[in-house]
Amino acid sequence: MSGTADSRSRRALAALRRDPLALTGGAVLVLLVVVGVAGPWLAPAGVNEVDVDRMLQPPSWSHPFGTDELGRDVLSRVLVAARVSLQVGLVSVGIALAVGVTLGLLAGYYRGWLDNVLMRCMDVLFAFPVLLLAVAIVAVLGPGLGTAMIAIGVVYTPIFARVTRAGVLSVREQVFVRAAVATGASDLRIMRRHVLPNIAAPLIVQTSLSLAFAILSEAALSFLGLGVQPPAPAWGRMLYDGRGFVTEAWWLGVFPGAAIFLTVLAFNLVGDALRDVLDPRQLTLSEARRNAG
Amino acid sequence: MTRFVLRRLLQSGVVLLGVTLVVFLLLQLVPGDPVRVALGTRFDPETYEALRARAGLDRPLPVQYVSYVGHALTGDLGVSFRSGRPVTAIVLERLPATLSLAVTAVVFALLVAFPLGVLSALRSGSVFDHAARVFSQFGVSVPDFWMGIMGILLFAGVLGWLPPSGYVALTDDPARWAAHVVLPAVTVGLVTAAILTRFIRSSVLEVLSEDYVRTAEAKGLRTRVVVLRHVLRNALIPVVTVVAVQLASLLGGVIVIEVLFAWPGVGRLTYDAVQARDYPVLQGAVLLVAALFLLVNLLVDVLYARLDPRIRVR
Amino acid sequence: MTDRPVLSVADLTVTIGTRRGPARAVAGVDWSVRAGETLALVGESGSGKSMSVLAATGLAPRSARVTGCVRLLGTDLLALPDERRRSLRGRHVGFVFQDPMTSLNPVLTVGRQIGEAGEEHLGLSRRAARARAVELLELVGIPSATERVDAYPHELSGGMRQRVVIAMALICEPDLLIADEPTTALDVTTQAQIVELVADLRRRLGMAVVWITHDLGVVAGTADTVAVMYGGRIVEQGPVDAVFANPSHPYTAALLAARPTPDAGGADLTTIPGAPPSPLELPAGCAFWPRCPVRGDARCEHELPPLVPVATDHRVRTFYPNRPSREDG
Repeated sequence: MSGTADSRSRRALAALRRDPLALTGGAVLVLLVVVGVAGPWLAPAGVNEVDVDRMLQPPSWSHPFGTDELGRDVLSRVLVAARVSLQVGLVSVGIALAVGVTLGLLAGYYRGWLDNVLMRCMDVLFAFPVLLLAVAIVAVLGPGLGTAMIAIGVVYTPIFARVTRAGVLSVREQVFVRAAVATGASDLRIMRRHVLPNIAAPLIVQTSLSLAFAILSEAALSFLGLGVQPPAPAWGRMLYDGRGFVTEAWWLGVFPGAAIFLTVLAFNLVGDALRDVLDPRQLTLSEARRNAG
Repeated sequence: MTRFVLRRLLQSGVVLLGVTLVVFLLLQLVPGDPVRVALGTRFDPETYEALRARAGLDRPLPVQYVSYVGHALTGDLGVSFRSGRPVTAIVLERLPATLSLAVTAVVFALLVAFPLGVLSALRSGSVFDHAARVFSQFGVSVPDFWMGIMGILLFAGVLGWLPPSGYVALTDDPARWAAHVVLPAVTVGLVTAAILTRFIRSSVLEVLSEDYVRTAEAKGLRTRVVVLRHVLRNALIPVVTVVAVQLASLLGGVIVIEVLFAWPGVGRLTYDAVQARDYPVLQGAVLLVAALFLLVNLLVDVLYARLDPRIRVR
Repeated sequence: MTDRPVLSVADLTVTIGTRRGPARAVAGVDWSVRAGETLALVGESGSGKSMSVLAATGLAPRSARVTGCVRLLGTDLLALPDERRRSLRGRHVGFVFQDPMTSLNPVLTVGRQIGEAGEEHLGLSRRAARARAVELLELVGIPSATERVDAYPHELSGGMRQRVVIAMALICEPDLLIADEPTTALDVTTQAQIVELVADLRRRLGMAVVWITHDLGVVAGTADTVAVMYGGRIVEQGPVDAVFANPSHPYTAALLAARPTPDAGGADLTTIPGAPPSPLELPAGCAFWPRCPVRGDARCEHELPPLVPVATDHRVRTFYPNRPSREDG
């Protein structure tokens, strides 16, 4: 059981190493992590060095990405904002993963009324367009880094619950699980040792894809002023601030947005490659609908 | 068939109830006194008391909830903390703008995604296919507000062909409405097109590998007939439903685009309500959009059952 | 009286390009079938029996390279442009594939699907095609044909669906009917009915029939000639009676010996130990060598045996025809 999972992951890694798209995505992600961790030290200038004399300067040697409407160095702000996006992405997906997988395990394993209630709750969450719900949650809790993480986490929980539940359902009827039940293993043990390793594949794929969308959502939230608050830099916020000046200062629109785009693209490429390797079955219609919404 | 519809109706009803609960609880999550927070610096005791009474915030929670649902069923979603106007009226008057944007976007998306997806599947592995897949990968990853800004930069700034923002009602002046809707609709539409292209492509590919397509070819039917009558008629059934769902989710998802382009729709309303801490309006907008989303999902399931004869006979 | 064969295949070779390299599914195969005659192509899955027929009629996958000479009613099929071949095939050849549920389009009525080929090749109007479909449904023994013609495939049972597929193949009154494992997905009683139906139709319409199967019971009952395939090649070929009475290839002998009783249909070829070779890695010598109970000598392993005659019209591809197996001797 764990033997096949190991050999599957080894084959998966080998296949990934050969895929140029996956490699590119992976490289960008590594770069992102480096920037995220070391951002403030990599930045050539201060993030909040306001200098009204040098506002709206086009890209130059001293300011490779130009300066914004307050004279701040755009490159530095883009680099430091990477940390925010990464933080929000990882924490929110972490929340969604932890809560969603737990709920999905409970629903799929025990079934019955518990399954019904939990899945109805997930249905309720699915009924809200993603961004709308996140906006509403952040609005009532008060904008900020923490509430953005919670909001995005809540919004992405249902998809993890669904994927987990589907995986559990397909696994629980298999012989080795029944054998474990027959030999009197505790439920928790069964879930941990037998069920989880076998649903790892779709969860890994979903995590990567959700990371992409979580970062996109974070950018949208900060664009609307609901993410991390100024003066801390955030890619979405930079786009919002710069949108009025973009016709005179194109660099204010291009660089922060390109950062978001490349990050999301990288996660999507890796996620797609992982899916091709680990879990190539077609998305069912309802899953496609949920993912699209 | 009617049993199926009734069952789905019941399901949707239950979920809708859950939605109202979530929306209701949103107000309770506000740290502090929502009315006081909303009034902010314009606080005065009379308005405060009046608004509190109108919103019924002193009563026990279950009573408040039942009252909320009861009022909602009659179309009363409370009054705005800002303007005092009824929420339902405020939200409904913004709906046409969002609808005209969403529908235009989806139509544009279909015009792009349909040929791209179908041809990409029929010529799987070709250069065209690879290009289409690259397009859809990019489209799914790009932030729509970024694309919108680039669009403004290019078409309004550099080329000066289109207005950078603003809105003119379709009913007032179709030509100027069209000029204003192009940028936002294309921005939203391209992202939707990317999603749809992927789905159409995979749906067609799946059908192409079905045995009945081989049967049709074996019968010596012309390629055009095989594709239209056998492949597409099957492949497009799930696509129709995905399109409808996309349209519905756009109703809530266009917040950012409406803010960017100053498009006075429900999304923009939501944003303004958030800025102004106008909680009843926020609740009302969220509730209405979610209800519409549920309605569309229900219609889509019924439509799917009608289109696929296998499900029709139940 | 020997007529010109309806379909003749000479030196047919099919190589399919796969991600793991070229796979030679069919190699140097010759067979032919005349009007009113039934040819059975027998083999395990992967033996190339289906692929040889699909490739001959132009239905091989896009990644396949097909060489050889295929003549349908005298015309060289492989040399024709796609359009002409499609038209010729549709008009003169009817196909019955294995699984009737998946072979039928779920969103079209049964009548529409039967009538399509008639509209395309015979120029029938929709109404005429529908009327013809009703006639054919009656011909294949489906009751209440006038109502059933507007039914959808999922509303019919498995046996009825396969009859519909047969009706679909007959609308242009084809000279050749190709049946690729048509009874495998059906239960035993229905199998017998379908076999009987096809035999009856063949007698009435004078068609040639190519019956692809792994079921020797079917072969014994209805075929005139049989070609046994293994590893993409024909290993034994000849009139059914001759081959069954005197199986000269060790594989054929093993197949026949593996059946529980000669008359029981549906006996699967599962009792020969080992597995057939992968078309990606075919040996230079006899493909059956690893599983062969006779095990002649090293020549079998390295040299490909040619097809040699054993009796009139009865050929076999082995260096040791009619040898008893080591266990017997």
